[in-house]
Amino acid sequence: MDLGTIWFILWGVLWAVYFILDGFDLGLGTLLPFLAKTDDEKRVFYNAMGPFWDGNEVWLITAGGVTFAAFPATYAVMFSGMYSALMLLLFALIIRGVCFEFRSKVESPGWKKLWDTCLFIGSFAPALLLGVAFANIFKGIPIDQDHIFQGTLFTLLNPYGLAGGILFVLMFAHHGALWLAIKSEGSLRLRAFAMAAKLWPIMAGWIVLFLVFSMFATNLFSNYLRWPLLLAILLIPVGGLVLTKVYAAKARAWAAWAASAAVIGGTALFGVMGIFPALLPSSLSPAFSMTIENSASSPLTLSIMLGVALVFVPVVIAYQIWNFRTFRHPVTKEDLDYEEAY
Amino acid sequence: MDTLMLSRLQFAFATFIHFIFVPLTLGLSILVAYMETKYVRTGDETYKKMAKFWGKLFLINFALGVVTGITLEFQFGTNWSRYSMYVGDIFGSLLAIEATAAFFLESTFVAVWVFGWKVLSKKFHAACIWIVAFAANLSAVWIILANGFMQNPVGYVIRNGRAELDSFYAVITNGFAWSQYVHTVVGSYVLAGFFVMGVSAWHLLRKQNIDFFTRSFRIGLGFALVAAFVVAIQGHSHGNEVARLQPAKLAAMESHWETGRNVPMYLLSIPDEKNEKNSLEAIGIPSMLSILAFNDPNAEVKGLKDFAAEDRPPVTLTFLSFRLMVGLGTLMIILTVWGFLKRKNLLDNPGYLKLMIWAIPAPYLALQAGWAVAEVGRQPWIVYGLMRTKDAVSPIAASQVAVSLAAFVVVYLLLAALDIYLLAKFARKSPA
Repeated sequence: MDLGTIWFILWGVLWAVYFILDGFDLGLGTLLPFLAKTDDEKRVFYNAMGPFWDGNEVWLITAGGVTFAAFPATYAVMFSGMYSALMLLLFALIIRGVCFEFRSKVESPGWKKLWDTCLFIGSFAPALLLGVAFANIFKGIPIDQDHIFQGTLFTLLNPYGLAGGILFVLMFAHHGALWLAIKSEGSLRLRAFAMAAKLWPIMAGWIVLFLVFSMFATNLFSNYLRWPLLLAILLIPVGGLVLTKVYAAKARAWAAWAASAAVIGGTALFGVMGIFPALLPSSLSPAFSMTIENSASSPLTLSIMLGVALVFVPVVIAYQIWNFRTFRHPVTKEDLDYEEAY
Repeated sequence: MDTLMLSRLQFAFATFIHFIFVPLTLGLSILVAYMETKYVRTGDETYKKMAKFWGKLFLINFALGVVTGITLEFQFGTNWSRYSMYVGDIFGSLLAIEATAAFFLESTFVAVWVFGWKVLSKKFHAACIWIVAFAANLSAVWIILANGFMQNPVGYVIRNGRAELDSFYAVITNGFAWSQYVHTVVGSYVLAGFFVMGVSAWHLLRKQNIDFFTRSFRIGLGFALVAAFVVAIQGHSHGNEVARLQPAKLAAMESHWETGRNVPMYLLSIPDEKNEKNSLEAIGIPSMLSILAFNDPNAEVKGLKDFAAEDRPPVTLTFLSFRLMVGLGTLMIILTVWGFLKRKNLLDNPGYLKLMIWAIPAPYLALQAGWAVAEVGRQPWIVYGLMRTKDAVSPIAASQVAVSLAAFVVVYLLLAALDIYLLAKFARKSPA
């Protein structure tokens, strides 16, 4: 396998990991107004994400950084082309990021309400925007022969893009509900499971719909027709979908969450492998697409970066797993009284 | 305004706001780690309270540093896509390494530190904040190596119509970048020291928690005193590098127009860019600029007139920023030395304590001015001598950038104000 292909796969995997990890806390934030009744319950939400959300978001920074490092021309065209959508995403993540630190610092209902609203918007909007953006990447965006984006924010808000946005919101909310089931106790835990159970059929139906829509609106399946073995990737989200239902019914929150992670990661990988070897297909002509060939960095940079990734990513994964293990227990009343809690 | 100017304003604004928060993170993390280590070593509860009190301020500040940092990485793609294509092979990899090798570490362990007071052993908990301090300072290495490439591009070849990596070793051993790194990071230590001293002075003036804040003050003082001297001495050698590698920037820093030897330095001068001269030059020190730039009174210092007008940086802004930085740096040396002499009886010197509260903004201004010299002085180049800023901007509509710039100004100013309000609120609390 050549360096460009290796980096293409890594690129897809990085985005998938980001969606899995930030997915649950974006989903939790989206569910906040619907599931949390009292201030203590709201604080369970914040503290359920407390030790993880920042580390999760660094996967986005890494995915962005790796796009820049390994495929600079794709990074340039993708980010400048989707300028307005990306700015909206950034502002949403900005107001979200400060919620954790700010919310409990002033004892006033209005102040808390403000940050609860910011957490909701800052969670729902990124889920939607990431879905819209990636659906448009799967479909291709209007970039011309000079790699200049010929469209506006509204070009991205086409039916297929919006379907992708809703898909991400549903998958993340389901994923977040299961995380809440892991990290809460008593009635909130039961409501979390109930929410996951309610979301599951909608999500499953929407995934099927999205796949059918993809047949008509995109070229995603051409790679799969050429290399049918690749269809095995579909086993990840489909298997995850079945297992998450089974485990959630048995109230096995961790297992259900892991299966839900497979749904998200598998869906993302399915899309990314469908556009190979393009990273950003052009909807005007395949000749204008941003591909491995016309956007990859030099072999020297790619091999140095591969070395860096092989050394550091496993280390990162190791200490993040340790972090998840250390703070795996449900957020208790005692945890909320802890003076450093959010 | 066109896309170029709007994008420049947006980047400058976003970077300036981000850099309000970064220096305190770099320095205060070390001080908190030191305090907690003292607690682990001595068992003295005061040090634990110190780590918690200053740690809380560290975290409030850290939050804004994180959220304003994300946008910077993405702005190269959104607003500077031609730049990203041209140098991404080198520049992009440095940013990616920063995220993988440093920012992950910092973000994960800062959370572990916050939530881990009861879960982890004392020693391990203290180790977590050391990891945060190390990662923050390591993060700055990669970011400044990336900026260093823009200042003094090394280790590249022009191939396939772009700058491609030729020697990774040359890029990461870029002397100019390391010199900028030391200057920035040690300057940030001065800032953290002044922050701790200023807040402590506020409490000492009110005679509250005297033991706690006297000790805190001394920790901040020791840190800032050493750092302030290192910045000044190292700043001189950094100036030598600027003189050698970026002569136009040096000339702009001093508003020096005519090439010559034995060039004096004027303590007072007013640049007149239009007429390519200074409208006032007074109190000259003979040959001083030659000495400062090249350590030799006979050295020739190139004047701005030797550079074509389109190759000159904006003179007045660079000149004033440089003066401001050096002036404040000198003031901070005086303040720390004064504090050192009075360290045994701080409470008897209310005038000095009051001054130290008002001195909190001094290092902030100095650091911002320093970066203004580095970045404005680099113009018209985005990568010195290699790519002009005007050739780097994205082919996007100005209206898009105008809207996002307006949003940045509103959101960032609001958040910065809230953050400063919270910092002030918690800085005035009694340590629990």
